[in-house]
Amino acid sequence: MARHPDAPAWGEITRRGLLGAALGGTTLAAAAVPALARDTRNEVPLDQVTPTFFGPQEWALLIAIVDVFIPADGDGPGALEAGVPVFIDRQMAGFWGQSEWWYMEGPHHPDADPNLGFQSPLTLAEIIRGGLSHFDDWCRDQHGAAFAELGAEDRNKALGALMDEKTGLPPELRDFPDFLLTSTKQGYFSDPRHGGNRGMLAWSYIGYPGARANFLSWTNPARDAEPYPLGPVSINGDRA
Amino acid sequence: MMARKLPKKDVAIVGLGWTGSILAMELAKEGLDIVALERGPMRRTVNDFRYPENTDELTHAHYFKLMQRPHESTLTMRHSTGQRALPYRRLGSFLPGIGVGGAGVHWNGQNWRPEAAELRLRSYVTETFGADIIPDDMQIQDWGVTYEELEPHFDRWERLIGCTGIAGNIKGEIRAGGNPFEAPRSAEYPLPPLPQASASRRFHKAAEDMGLHPFPRSGGNASRAYVNEYGMQLGPCTYCGFCEWYGCYNYSKASPQTCVLDALYQRPNVEVRTEANVMKVELSSDGKTATGVTYLDENHEEIFQPADLVLICAFPIHNVHLLLLSGIGEPYDPARGSGVVGRNYAYQMMGGTDAFFSDAQFKPFVGAGIEGTCVLDYGIEQIDFAREGFIGGSYISVGLTNGQPIRSMPLPEDTPAWGAEWKQAVGKWYGKALNIGSHGSNMSYRDCYLDLDPTYRDPFGRPLLRMTFDWKPNDIRMTRFMQRRTEALAQAMESDSFNSSYKDEDSHYDIRPYQTTHNVGGAVMGTDPATSVVNRYLQSWDVPNVWVSGASAFPQNIQFNPTGAVGALTYWMAEALRDYIRNPRPMMRG
Repeated sequence: MARHPDAPAWGEITRRGLLGAALGGTTLAAAAVPALARDTRNEVPLDQVTPTFFGPQEWALLIAIVDVFIPADGDGPGALEAGVPVFIDRQMAGFWGQSEWWYMEGPHHPDADPNLGFQSPLTLAEIIRGGLSHFDDWCRDQHGAAFAELGAEDRNKALGALMDEKTGLPPELRDFPDFLLTSTKQGYFSDPRHGGNRGMLAWSYIGYPGARANFLSWTNPARDAEPYPLGPVSINGDRA
Repeated sequence: MMARKLPKKDVAIVGLGWTGSILAMELAKEGLDIVALERGPMRRTVNDFRYPENTDELTHAHYFKLMQRPHESTLTMRHSTGQRALPYRRLGSFLPGIGVGGAGVHWNGQNWRPEAAELRLRSYVTETFGADIIPDDMQIQDWGVTYEELEPHFDRWERLIGCTGIAGNIKGEIRAGGNPFEAPRSAEYPLPPLPQASASRRFHKAAEDMGLHPFPRSGGNASRAYVNEYGMQLGPCTYCGFCEWYGCYNYSKASPQTCVLDALYQRPNVEVRTEANVMKVELSSDGKTATGVTYLDENHEEIFQPADLVLICAFPIHNVHLLLLSGIGEPYDPARGSGVVGRNYAYQMMGGTDAFFSDAQFKPFVGAGIEGTCVLDYGIEQIDFAREGFIGGSYISVGLTNGQPIRSMPLPEDTPAWGAEWKQAVGKWYGKALNIGSHGSNMSYRDCYLDLDPTYRDPFGRPLLRMTFDWKPNDIRMTRFMQRRTEALAQAMESDSFNSSYKDEDSHYDIRPYQTTHNVGGAVMGTDPATSVVNRYLQSWDVPNVWVSGASAFPQNIQFNPTGAVGALTYWMAEALRDYIRNPRPMMRG
């Protein structure tokens, strides 16, 4: 049988995933515990996580930003409770953040018509890193302090300016706001094996049953008004 | 460095997706010695699509595990001939598959036969409305094969995939419950339709109340246990909600794996080589006969595989790329209007209206790739092109194929993209929205085409393919017509609110968001070598022992998902190939 060309990349992500888990304490320690007994909500707090990709200042900034993207207030988990920064840290360190599958040959024309697609010479991880740095500088310049040090109102205003493309991002970082928000939502809603959606909190909140994947009887018209009764399960067999 | 030369084969097949698998099987029955060369990895249901790993949305729908990696193979795109084309660096608008099974692994399974008029579109328009309604730059053509000729091959393909549905027209008799506008079938579908989920039933009723003619979507997600002509077994779909962009772990979705390949692997005269990346079809010194193909194996060693017959069975844009790199046929030049290879690239015009129902419990994770209800009341044969001012049509449908929360989270249009209101909205609206979708035709135009890029290269030093494509006023008018219909349906369904996503007069083709993987044309079929690359049997006019399968043969895009027509064309081609093998020659028309 031919070698599977995914093998290196996917072997790599598994190894990195385990490494990240050991550092982040999200799954490895719990793996020996019977699945039903696990309560993934009582895991290492974010401020005790040592990130793999991000430096300390970047980490603090990332935590502050995703806390505004998906705040803790109101119904449903916030991004921090759901472990979104851990997800993003692992994503950036892994093959996806390193843009291993993207076509990265030059010449590059990052200022081209956006309809022609992504054209930056930078990898996803470089764009996230460069964008964070650019945004924090902009906050210091416009608001007199780093983003993480701003009050709630100023954080909302500053992030609004970033998302409305009003912070003067250079063309090669043009996709930063979109990429960061996309990664945040991926970390919120993806299977917990990737480091986010801790305790499947985001799935429980919206009523998505995760990996259950067998619903034929729910096409019966008699069940149209009936809510789905079971909470989510994850790929590794945990129940919320 | 000289390529290592292998013993000659009767047939070399480039690409082991739907068409390569079927042709390998049909020609294997003729006793020929066949090699199939697939540039991606081997993929089998077990272990490649197994549960529960297969339910990983991030890996499949955002990292695109089953799709082509742009760093290995991509193209460049521009909107017009005066613009600089730039590479499609990360996947977005369309998703060619990689590996055994090709895009046949990750499709939804939605199956259609084109309306009869679509296969002779230029003639139909000319006869019905007059040639002067065809815009000057529009290059629509007849396929060179009629619906009547293809009907037995549609039937055979649908029996291969265990197609579900209710026939709307059997030999001219209109049948209750089916699509009354479809062209006549010789027989009922092999399997009854899948049950419709609640959103589809709601749409069904609203459409019926408006006087339209709804019917359950048909396709290759088995509704019962089924065994096809090759002895391959399908099991009934469980509505797992992981169809499009996933392999099927349940042996329910029709794919080369579930319908052909395990039977093919039993054939002693068929050899499958994976990670065999064909660089070029080699030609004799006069350029009129293919001598075989050169490929790189998994160790990047260059291999020459001699063969009497070469079947190019890759994804449409890759078929065109290989023809251009091999010097088969004259490249199309839009300025002079000469040449044919790359001519008439077309896409698919998609649009839709999201409708929100606060009282609903749609449970969108109760999904199947073909789940849904459709209407064809605004199809190509149903529209007065002269009155409406465009050529084309759509089918309109509602179906919940998945409830994956990252990719499938429609929200009312006043919802911010982030913040407290976004979080509140995902909790409030998940499972309470449906999309009334318009799946529309796309005509072919003088300046929408494929050629070789002058700047960008692939990892093997070959020029990338270059796509020149943009939306045209005719197709915009078609889709705006459909917007009025889907919004009327949203109103009739008494939704709390709705918002539409349709192209308008200012829209240019945007390669970033996913739209559809229905890329067609570029190696089109026909009866005139001046306007087609292959004859009506899909045989190259220029190099008669090279045949080119698949949707690259479509002279413009149909209003439907293309796979049904690709399947029928493949069996039509197989029949002609049997005749050709017994008496090799250029195939003339007739």
